[in-house]
Amino acid sequence: MAELTYRSAVAHGIAQEMRRDPSLVMLGQDVGPAGGVFKTTLGLWDEFGRDRVRDTPISEQAILGAAMGAAMTGVPVVAEIMFSDFLPVCFDMLSNEIAKTRYMSNGQLAVPLVVRCANGSGVRFGAQHSQSLENWCMMVPGLKVVAPSTPIDMVGLMAAAIRDPDPVVLFEHKSLMATKGDVPDGEVLDTLGTARTVRPGTDVTIAALALMVPRALEAAEILAQEGISAEVIDVRSLVPLDMASILESVRRTSRLVTVEENPRLCGWGAEVASIVAHEGFWDLDGPVLRITTPHVPLPAADVLEDEAVPSVDRIVDTIRTSWG
Amino acid sequence: MPENHYANRPPRTPPPLNEANADLDIDREVRLHLYRRLQELRQVGDRLHRLFLENLVRGTSHLSLGMEAVSAGFGAAMRDDDYSLASYRGHAHTLSRGASMEGVIAELLGRDNGLMRGKGGSMHLVDVNNGMLGSYGIVGSHLPIANGAAWSAQLRGSDQVTVCFFGDGGTNIGAFHEALNLAAVWKLPVVFVCENNLYMEYTPIDLVTAVEHPAASRAPSYGLEEIVIDGNDVDEVYTCAQRVIERARAGEGPSLVEAITYRLGGHSRADTAKYRPEAEVEAWQGHDAIELYHRRLLSLGVDEAELTAVATDIAAQVDAATDAAKAGPRPPLEEVYTQVFADGGSSWRN
Repeated sequence: MAELTYRSAVAHGIAQEMRRDPSLVMLGQDVGPAGGVFKTTLGLWDEFGRDRVRDTPISEQAILGAAMGAAMTGVPVVAEIMFSDFLPVCFDMLSNEIAKTRYMSNGQLAVPLVVRCANGSGVRFGAQHSQSLENWCMMVPGLKVVAPSTPIDMVGLMAAAIRDPDPVVLFEHKSLMATKGDVPDGEVLDTLGTARTVRPGTDVTIAALALMVPRALEAAEILAQEGISAEVIDVRSLVPLDMASILESVRRTSRLVTVEENPRLCGWGAEVASIVAHEGFWDLDGPVLRITTPHVPLPAADVLEDEAVPSVDRIVDTIRTSWG
Repeated sequence: MPENHYANRPPRTPPPLNEANADLDIDREVRLHLYRRLQELRQVGDRLHRLFLENLVRGTSHLSLGMEAVSAGFGAAMRDDDYSLASYRGHAHTLSRGASMEGVIAELLGRDNGLMRGKGGSMHLVDVNNGMLGSYGIVGSHLPIANGAAWSAQLRGSDQVTVCFFGDGGTNIGAFHEALNLAAVWKLPVVFVCENNLYMEYTPIDLVTAVEHPAASRAPSYGLEEIVIDGNDVDEVYTCAQRVIERARAGEGPSLVEAITYRLGGHSRADTAKYRPEAEVEAWQGHDAIELYHRRLLSLGVDEAELTAVATDIAAQVDAATDAAKAGPRPPLEEVYTQVFADGGSSWRN
């Protein structure tokens, strides 16, 4: 057992898989000797060398194109797009090529790759370096989407994403980089498409993702002191989406709140809410509540960014008020 | 028609035929193979055009009529395990790797016996068993992907070469420049082939491009040789293909070839191509890849009867393939839901 930061868990997971599969390679801007701008790939270049850990120019289409071409000809790839905000620069490659090629070729071609990127708010970088774009990727048929919230999940879901035969976009949250957690020795392998109940409760289900998970847990602690027992589910994976776990929880708690960092419109919680409204309707004792970033670009100033992104206080207030 | 209409521009005529290409050191057997391939690509193209007119092909389609020598020449110079990628105008590139005529025609007819059982359609032909890694519908997108296939070959030490075909319109896309830079920096075994048919869809390419040769003039920016060839002379294409493919296979890095050619028809099914000067179209009809090659083979002593037999044989094959394609059933409706993910299905939740 070792205590790892979320940041070092990224390289830990990739290294585990590169040792297991000598054909696995990675590429991206500054991922080599520099170890990545978030230091998430530190040590990989030293251990695996330049052939397997490739620095690239700032050419997002070239990065994802190279990843795709290699993946579909027998070389699995982990590609880094430094900030998720840069995914739009190569969204053709991701959404038109990588996602649709298996379907269009009727299974003649497979694209087993992982696209990793730093996602989310908290570092005061403004509207082009702080977005939460997981819902954009969720909307594209053919992509799988994961967003781990802890070091152990990062290692296990990274391994699962790398071994998955489909393209997976893995979001690493910038504000979780310094958080720590225990990771067992030996191989760690998790399962895509599985949510995790991180706090049991009986009165309300809070479904949260990535940075919103620790905030939901903190909110649950405060609510507990006020006599409201909240169950917190770390959704972890948007595609595949573990609706069974959420529906099962709602059957017991009869209430659902989603906590989403993405802007309001078409956030992942909207899909969850619509499914629960349909399939869990008779279990509900009240309306499904969505707590999201408002439909605005993220501002840079700390007080403004904090106002926009769901906070512990907003989660507590929203749930408390709904109790009326 | 207004004075400044594109059709009133001075015609851009074909390059003069290089008669010396008759003396290139190409086996008679290879030349007959090239002729057979040209006949196949032309006759399948003509047949597809007729099937559109009969309204049996739905959607759009982009034919290579007039441009066959580029894919025929490169196809003949490639090894069976080499990779091809093409733009949405990819029928000829798929057939030139050995794909079945029936599979191609049936795909355009939306039948279950199509190469992708009707899921890809005209713009997305794929035939992995023959090294054809796909036709890509977004202009320029496949150049970076070709790099990936070449990178994979480099990593695996397989000495396979990747050939990537695209149009002149693709050269003003960012992906073109990103791909060439990375291919040069990583010394990838990839050959980029620009089929310059002088028109970017309905607009003359020279009106929207800062340099004379949309691909070749950019080559020196990436440390590459400036290569311009007559894309309608299949001997010239084949010889160039052999050279650049061998170079890539030997680990000497990428090449960028610009093959000058011309569409005999419109950009796509809907296009009557009235934006081109009549004298230009006529000049290029006089520089037709198949007629040029027919004359060359006769001049090299091949019997007219032998060439006629090839054309007749291909015609029978195209008829048979058309009948077989038409006889194929429509894909079962369940096919909508298959092959989104590797488990064969489309399930995204439990």
